[in-house]
Amino acid sequence: MNVSFSFPFACFRRSSVFIPALWSRPRLFQTLGPLLATLALSFLTLGCGKGTKDSASPVAANAVTVAAAADLQFALPEILALFHQEHPEFQVRVTYGSSGNMRAQIAQRAPFDLFLSADIEFPKRLIESGHGVADSLFPYAVGRLVLYVLNDSPLDPERTMEQTLLDPRARRIAIANPRHAPYGQAAVAALQTDDLYEQIADRLVLGENIAQTAQFVQSGAADIGIIALALALAPRMSEAGRFWEIPLERFPEMVQGGVIVRHAKNPEGAEALRAFLLSAEGQRVLQDFGFLMPEALP
Amino acid sequence: MITIDWQAFWLTARLALITSLILILIGLPLAWWLARTRFRGAVFVEALVALPLVLPPTVLGFYVLMFLGPYSPLGSAYEALAGTLLPFSFPGLVIASVLFSLPFAVQPFLSGFRSVDTRLLDASVSLGAGRLPTFFRVGVPLAWPGLLAGFVLSFAHTLGEFGVVLMVGGNIAGKTRTISISIYDSVQAMDYATAGWTSALLLVISASVLILTYTLQRRYTKTWLRT
Repeated sequence: MNVSFSFPFACFRRSSVFIPALWSRPRLFQTLGPLLATLALSFLTLGCGKGTKDSASPVAANAVTVAAAADLQFALPEILALFHQEHPEFQVRVTYGSSGNMRAQIAQRAPFDLFLSADIEFPKRLIESGHGVADSLFPYAVGRLVLYVLNDSPLDPERTMEQTLLDPRARRIAIANPRHAPYGQAAVAALQTDDLYEQIADRLVLGENIAQTAQFVQSGAADIGIIALALALAPRMSEAGRFWEIPLERFPEMVQGGVIVRHAKNPEGAEALRAFLLSAEGQRVLQDFGFLMPEALP
Repeated sequence: MITIDWQAFWLTARLALITSLILILIGLPLAWWLARTRFRGAVFVEALVALPLVLPPTVLGFYVLMFLGPYSPLGSAYEALAGTLLPFSFPGLVIASVLFSLPFAVQPFLSGFRSVDTRLLDASVSLGAGRLPTFFRVGVPLAWPGLLAGFVLSFAHTLGEFGVVLMVGGNIAGKTRTISISIYDSVQAMDYATAGWTSALLLVISASVLILTYTLQRRYTKTWLRT
């Protein structure tokens, strides 16, 4: 057999004969090599060990994974604290994000048990495509919109919406992206009454979801924003700014719906959380945090 | 109150290391071939490898999600074999990371191999060393600085990637929530203190990795020049 086709490691060792300067001098690599290899191995093995432990523990077995719209960022933790008192057996883990994105991920069978959307269309479509439990659709809240400015802003949201938004000092107006964020669609609808939209379209900046939109204004990057009341009421936002609610007649009712995911690993947990959201206690918290009760509670 | 997500740090470090190791296995032969081949179509391969550099991460993430999802041939084959889904899992993240970090490994590898004097390689082959020994005994040792740079850049890039990871991983705590996504979460929750400290920590780690590498590279190159 030709020596040249021996195992690569043999080649490595032999290379020192041919190029001694390169291979034997930098002792750093000789010492670092085994170190790196050990590190890599421990990483891999420890990682595996950790994963199996996780899935085997009883806590993880009763985990409820929730995909929630960004406007629930503040109300949901409060609700979950109460839910935990009643159902200590469930460990709820929440991922907040844009409803459209999460709908796409659930349609690819993302491992969520319950989906709390910022609208009712996304859950409906998930049921249609077979990714939501057919009779589990439930409206749980109605979203409200506000005009929000920082405390030191020259703009006064107490004036009419037209006056406030047409003010040249409102150079950047933040709304959520109407292509996929329900709050963005509602904002555009509110602006389209009285043809306001055309006049300010070039001053709009679009947030990926409503939480990011709120942040645009709170950070001062935008002069004014159309955001969820649920976010404007959050401590950090309400301390930093003023807001004025946009009358509900100006945009289609923003019913927020939820659905139990068809491939849910923990349908019982999802069911329990759904029931709690719709209970008097859950609804009270949602109202405290700036939502209205949906007309037809299931 | 600052609540740094250490689980995310651990997960990200593991992801970055595994990704870089896999990229050595895939990237070295690929870069070697690209550096040595006379095949004209190689430019297409090179462009394809560099594509993640210019593609928006969300576009890449969307494609990877569709490519790995349960309704794609690859995704359904994996599900049949492993019994679990590829997206929204750690193995899925590894595949996505390997794809989007590919140019960060292959480009430095390639420039490392291109900097090697071809006469040395030709001499090695003509003296009967064969292709594989030439690669390991001549190519790799001479291209070391570039290979190290590729390893470290792909590692550092995986540490910080956001768009693809969000799209393919789905932001699930302990499974696919990396540091950059945990920072995004903190910002969304307006927990700026946590976001700030986590970001600072990530910055320090990334900078240290780069500084360490460039120090090694410099020392190594000098040794080489002296002899």
